[in-house]
Amino acid sequence: MTLANLWFILIGLLFSIFLFLEGFDFGVGMSTRFLAKDFDERLALMTSIGPHWDGNETWLVTAGGAMFASLPLMYASLFSGYYIVLLLVLVGLILRGVSFEFVKHAETRTGKNIWMWTFFVGSFMAPFLLCLMLLSMVQGIPMNANGDAFPKFFDVVNLLSVVGGVAGTLLSLVHGLNFIRLRVEGPLRDRARKLNQILYPILFLGEVVFAVLVFFQTDFFTKRFGSSLFITVLIVLFSLLGYYGVLKDKEGFSFAGSGLSLSMVIVLLFNGLFPRVMIATNPAHSILIKNAANSHYTLTIMTIVAAILIPIVAIYFIWSYTLFTKRINPREHTVKY
Amino acid sequence: MLDIGLSIVSLARFQFAMTTVFHFFFVPFSIGMAVLVATMETLYAVKKDKVYLDMAKFWGKIFLLSFAVGIVTGIIQEFQFGMNWSEYSRFMGDVFGAPLAIEALLAFFIESVFIGIWMFTWDRFKPGLHALMIWMTAIGTMLSAIWILAANSFMQHPTGFKINNTTGRIQLTDFGAVITNPQLWRVFPHVILAAIMTAGCVIAGMSAWGLLRKKKDENHFFKVSLRFGLWVSLIFAILSAGAGDLQTQQIIKDQPMKFAATEGIYKDTKDPAPWTVVEAIDAKNHTASSQVEIPKVLSILAYHRLSGSVKGMNSINKELHAKYDKKFGKDMNYYTPPKTLFWSFRVMTGIDLLVMLIAFLGVIWSRKKKDTIENKKWFMVIVGLAIWVPFIGNSAGWFITEFGRYPWIVYGLFTIADAVSPTSTVGTLLFSNIVYFLLFTLLGGVMIWYSRQTLHHGPYYEMEDSKQNVDPFAKEAFVK
Repeated sequence: MTLANLWFILIGLLFSIFLFLEGFDFGVGMSTRFLAKDFDERLALMTSIGPHWDGNETWLVTAGGAMFASLPLMYASLFSGYYIVLLLVLVGLILRGVSFEFVKHAETRTGKNIWMWTFFVGSFMAPFLLCLMLLSMVQGIPMNANGDAFPKFFDVVNLLSVVGGVAGTLLSLVHGLNFIRLRVEGPLRDRARKLNQILYPILFLGEVVFAVLVFFQTDFFTKRFGSSLFITVLIVLFSLLGYYGVLKDKEGFSFAGSGLSLSMVIVLLFNGLFPRVMIATNPAHSILIKNAANSHYTLTIMTIVAAILIPIVAIYFIWSYTLFTKRINPREHTVKY
Repeated sequence: MLDIGLSIVSLARFQFAMTTVFHFFFVPFSIGMAVLVATMETLYAVKKDKVYLDMAKFWGKIFLLSFAVGIVTGIIQEFQFGMNWSEYSRFMGDVFGAPLAIEALLAFFIESVFIGIWMFTWDRFKPGLHALMIWMTAIGTMLSAIWILAANSFMQHPTGFKINNTTGRIQLTDFGAVITNPQLWRVFPHVILAAIMTAGCVIAGMSAWGLLRKKKDENHFFKVSLRFGLWVSLIFAILSAGAGDLQTQQIIKDQPMKFAATEGIYKDTKDPAPWTVVEAIDAKNHTASSQVEIPKVLSILAYHRLSGSVKGMNSINKELHAKYDKKFGKDMNYYTPPKTLFWSFRVMTGIDLLVMLIAFLGVIWSRKKKDTIENKKWFMVIVGLAIWVPFIGNSAGWFITEFGRYPWIVYGLFTIADAVSPTSTVGTLLFSNIVYFLLFTLLGGVMIWYSRQTLHHGPYYEMEDSKQNVDPFAKEAFVK
């Protein structure tokens, strides 16, 4: 295996971890409108991810940085090509990020509501647009020989990308609800379970439509049939595991199931991309990993750095989660408006 | 390109300047506040004086507000290299990406994880251990500064690379040279020391406003905070001036054009060189006329001795043409924007001196024996208004660094005009500029508004409040 390929896998891994973690983060944000009935409950939901959201988002920053550091040509093409989409992702992440802090400082009911709404809207925008972008890029887009991508509106917004965006968002919501069942007690917890019982069948339908569209709209199944099929089956199996957890009231199973389904979506996309990093409508202009990669020297340094730092990060990252395991009850504190 | 001057390059530059300056309002302040809040909490852990705990909690709230805005605007910075400057990313990826990725792995994770722990564990850890959490955050922010400045220093003064002949891109040959870049280790102390000074000024200034309200129960709290802020401002204003001087020595060596522009010198100066305080600059005709001059001072500033002339922009321009005409053509303009640099330098240094003066007087007048500071209402108002000046100073310093690189994005290797994304259009850039502008106005306004409100409530607001209501963000929400 070349170092460039290793980094392609690593970037995929970083994106998967990001989606696993920030997926429930986004889902909890969305559930402030779908699940909570009053401000106390909304705040309890927000509090459940309060200590974690920033760390979770750092995985996206790391994935972006790692892409720049190892496959800069992918970074340049993807980020400049999907300019408007990424701008809106940033707007979503920004509005959402500040709302955690601002809602504490808002004193009027209106003020608190405004930041709760930005929290919701941002939590919805970011996963939808990110999945939209990823499912758009794997279909192949107009690119020139320099590697500049010029996706037109319908390259970005089409049946597969929108279904992918909706499915990713829905899966995030389901994942978020599974997280809530782990971290909150009282009626919220039961409502999360009931909502998931409704959402899972819709999700399965969405996954089937998604798989069919991927089959017809991408070359994943013509180029890499076995692995694509295998991963698609895994996505559904992990979702089934999640559904099983919901039905049998085993939160651990459902949380792991929905998270792994989300991660597997990224695995499917990266597996289908391989050995390319950007797919052009004119295959001659597609960018391959080996062309997109940095020098062997730089990749060696980055590999050493990652091999040392990622385990250390993982240790204190997991430790930070073990600190907050006590379930939150929204009724045990009153909130001043 | 439109005729009204809205070129893609100028829009992309404007956007970069806007996002960076806005981000850089909050970054130095957050770095400084993290260090100072950590210091306060450590003082509490050691001295067991409750006022330090109150201080850590109160100033911690202001810190968290700025940290939130700083964090979210930081993501824009990472993304916009690819979004707006894709040619730059392609050219520089081999060198620039590594520090950025290491920044995320080494620094951002520490910051983001430990700030989360710190916020929610006030009553779960012993004071010393809890202070360690914010120290980790503070260390994280400083590590982050090292790596982003390492990347920037390479752009100012490339080291440890070669140009790959087949791809025409930069290739890293010596990672050690990138992190031992002399520029880096001169700019880093300057930035960190100025950051701590900035936080000191804000603490002193807000405490002055707090004291002016004359609420008895808050008097001690704001008095201690004021002394703390004034001392920090004084010490770190002096230190950052020293660090700036060291940095200047390096700039004279690496980027003489930048230095000549900050001094507005077109013709080589006489020996010894006088320092120009005020000057009328005619950038079109490359002339300038000094209006106030102090003899010999520029020689001291530049060389730390009483003699030596300083090279002017005209001769440096000629040298650069001789050196680079083959590569960049004869029509290249090597004059960095002289007015921006000249005045930015005077604003930056002037502000540093002003902070030193205010902080010095404040320290004198608030000393225990002859404590008269509270009677000097006029002075307290000045301290209060001085909250704003370090932010202007920081931006001015950043202007010097970045505009002084002109016309290159990577000094001597790659021009700004070549770096912009070929996919950009005036329309998308206008759109993103407007979006960012509105967003920043909103965030900046809200952040200032909430900081003001926090000050208005005073340090004991939430503590009284919590008798009836548990703060939903306090530990009770988790521990019960």
